[in-house]
Amino acid sequence: MLTQALAITGINIRSIPERWGSSLVIVIGLAGVVAVFTALLAMATGFESTLKATGRADAALIMRGGSNAELNSGLDRDSTDLIEQQPGIVTGADGRPLASAEVLIIAELIRKDDVKNGANITVRGVEPTAFALRPQLKIVAGRTFTPGLRELIVGRGVLRQFQGAELGKVVRMRGSDWTVVGEFESGDAHDSELWTDINVARTTFGRNGSSSVLVALDGADGLRKLKSAVAADPRLTLDVVREQDYFSGQTKQFRKTIGFLAGVVTLIMALGAVFAALNSMYAAVAARGKEIATLRAIGFGGLPVLLSVMIEALLLALAGAVLGALTAYLLFNGLSVSTLGQNFTQVVFNFKVTPELVARGLIIAVVIGMIGGLLPAIRAARLPVSTSLREL
Amino acid sequence: MTRSGFVIANLLRKRTRTILTLLSVIMAFLLFGLLQSVNHIFNAGADFVGATRLMVQARVSFTSPLPVSMLPKLEAVPGVARVAYSQWFGGVWQENTPLFVFAIDPLRYRDAYPEYVMSEAQWQAFAHTRTAMIAGRRLADQYGWKIGQKIPISSNIWPQKNGSKAWAFDLVGIYDGKDEDWKKRTNVAFINHDYFDEANQFGMKGAANFFILKLSDANRAEAVSRAVDAMFENSPDETKTQTEKDFNLGFVKQVGDIGLIVRWILFAVFFTLLLVVGNTMAQSVRERVPELAVLKTLGFTDGSVLGFVLAEAAALCLFGGLMGLLLATTFGAMVEKGTGGQFALRLDISVWLIGIAAIVLMSLAVGLLPGLRARRLRIVDALAGR
Repeated sequence: MLTQALAITGINIRSIPERWGSSLVIVIGLAGVVAVFTALLAMATGFESTLKATGRADAALIMRGGSNAELNSGLDRDSTDLIEQQPGIVTGADGRPLASAEVLIIAELIRKDDVKNGANITVRGVEPTAFALRPQLKIVAGRTFTPGLRELIVGRGVLRQFQGAELGKVVRMRGSDWTVVGEFESGDAHDSELWTDINVARTTFGRNGSSSVLVALDGADGLRKLKSAVAADPRLTLDVVREQDYFSGQTKQFRKTIGFLAGVVTLIMALGAVFAALNSMYAAVAARGKEIATLRAIGFGGLPVLLSVMIEALLLALAGAVLGALTAYLLFNGLSVSTLGQNFTQVVFNFKVTPELVARGLIIAVVIGMIGGLLPAIRAARLPVSTSLREL
Repeated sequence: MTRSGFVIANLLRKRTRTILTLLSVIMAFLLFGLLQSVNHIFNAGADFVGATRLMVQARVSFTSPLPVSMLPKLEAVPGVARVAYSQWFGGVWQENTPLFVFAIDPLRYRDAYPEYVMSEAQWQAFAHTRTAMIAGRRLADQYGWKIGQKIPISSNIWPQKNGSKAWAFDLVGIYDGKDEDWKKRTNVAFINHDYFDEANQFGMKGAANFFILKLSDANRAEAVSRAVDAMFENSPDETKTQTEKDFNLGFVKQVGDIGLIVRWILFAVFFTLLLVVGNTMAQSVRERVPELAVLKTLGFTDGSVLGFVLAEAAALCLFGGLMGLLLATTFGAMVEKGTGGQFALRLDISVWLIGIAAIVLMSLAVGLLPGLRARRLRIVDALAGR
């Protein structure tokens, strides 16, 4: 039976060039579905992987209780100092706790393809320890800022999407000029930020304390120790979160939104593709009516005929899926975009077409191919031999 | 048999094919309608806002507050009729639902936004009750708030003097919008700026994220915004002044280029659809070559044969397209209702117009090639099956 099915499938496939029009409908239809599906989810995946790469498991971010985001948080100078004296924090080489108090300020830069609308960009004022806490961050051009001077270093992501913060440029904030003296790359969400010295940021923006404090945790037990110490101290009302969890937590809403959009769009497009596939396969079966009847007359069974139609539909669907995934990959993979993140500032990220996404696209295509092939296949198998042969 | 009857009869000849093609067209236009209205929410939302108001924010970013002490200077700028201001409160309802809550000076805001409708008694109650709050109709309906209730709202930014972030306000008024567009924007609550100033722990006093300048003459928007920005240049409180419309557009753009995504998807959808319907039409003409020749023999002109094919394509696209748009409208209304009006996925007239234009283009694109083939047909060749 299998050999029969394969033999018929072989004939079918070799005849595709003669009726490429209707076969192409299946291929292109599926390519469209898979391309849209893959591209949309590649966006969600890219955003997620940028934020997931940010933040270590052995560091904790400390903000004012109930703040949710660094932007909303504010700690006065006393609490900032107090935090650094809590247990559970690694002691650095200089004998001081490995902690960085940071001030978050928002500045506006203009998108590269825009002329006047500003987008919110994070400016992070940091202590020197901030670099030790984020070893992935490297200066790739120029130099780092000098403490005490109004100097900035800029992330590579900012440079990709926004104008006016290139090396050597002057950025104006609150009536003062800031020179960009270096570029850095971290491969995570910090790439979307500008960094400067915390004390300069404090004086310029009239801030006293800090927005958050990042600390390196001492051993596996560090977070628990730090949390219980903070909870026990009546002077402090703080949220202590693992740095990695803080950034990963921000991806939920985005994934939900994009997932919903991708779901609805894919579903509607898939339905359209199913109808198109049904149409084409019915046409293919009708065009081969006499041929199928002849095969049946010389002894081929109904099941091999059914299988052969199904296989043809599946192969065409798969070809479409591969074409679609390839299109999505070529057009979108690595494409740099940005959207609003938790701090109400832009997070720059790249589309990421992963093998897993492609595999899911292929599965969708197989399902559509099955549905689109099944009914026409049944009709082909049930074709009454004698009447079909008599048709002209 | 009339000509239109002929076209319909031809469409019904291969019922399965016609129905399946129609269904594909319906799906494409369903998607078209929904995506266009999403695009609409993000891009055209500011259309109805006139140029009579300017938004003044700190140049560095609107998250950095400006001092309210700028007020007299702003009021002195020629062309400015009234100045209002607002401060972001970071409101949170219950566990974790963010709310739009701003601290404002009630009577100034009333004057700057005549589009918001509320009785004078309620405005006065708002102005004269320290702990007062007013809410938009949509917001009040969504959470079932009634006038006279004490509404508990937390702030994710500002603790009160006692360190607690759980605030509570007396709801003294519910405002509505003057028309459909403004009714959609009644999802904001306002509290008293004076009370906020004295009750918050940080002594965050006399600060505002925005000043709203109501102009006496919309034509002076450009001049006024330049005058304001020049006045504060080189001070710690440099300003950026733009029309309300530009501000809204810029704000939405921060989310990302929604329009670009929508265009890519629609491109993929329509490219596919073109192929599906085009192929169906080509096939149906191919099958009927001898019939078309008979028609011509009977005396139908080349033009009317072309017309038959085009009419068939147009009938498919029109019927499918209208059904799709209708479905999208129903679906959009369901979404709007289901989200309590938060996500106004409504297909308004402009989406329908673009949709109809798309239907016309589509009909031509899929009908023209097979139609021209039918027109070129030579009777002798066609009858001979050559």
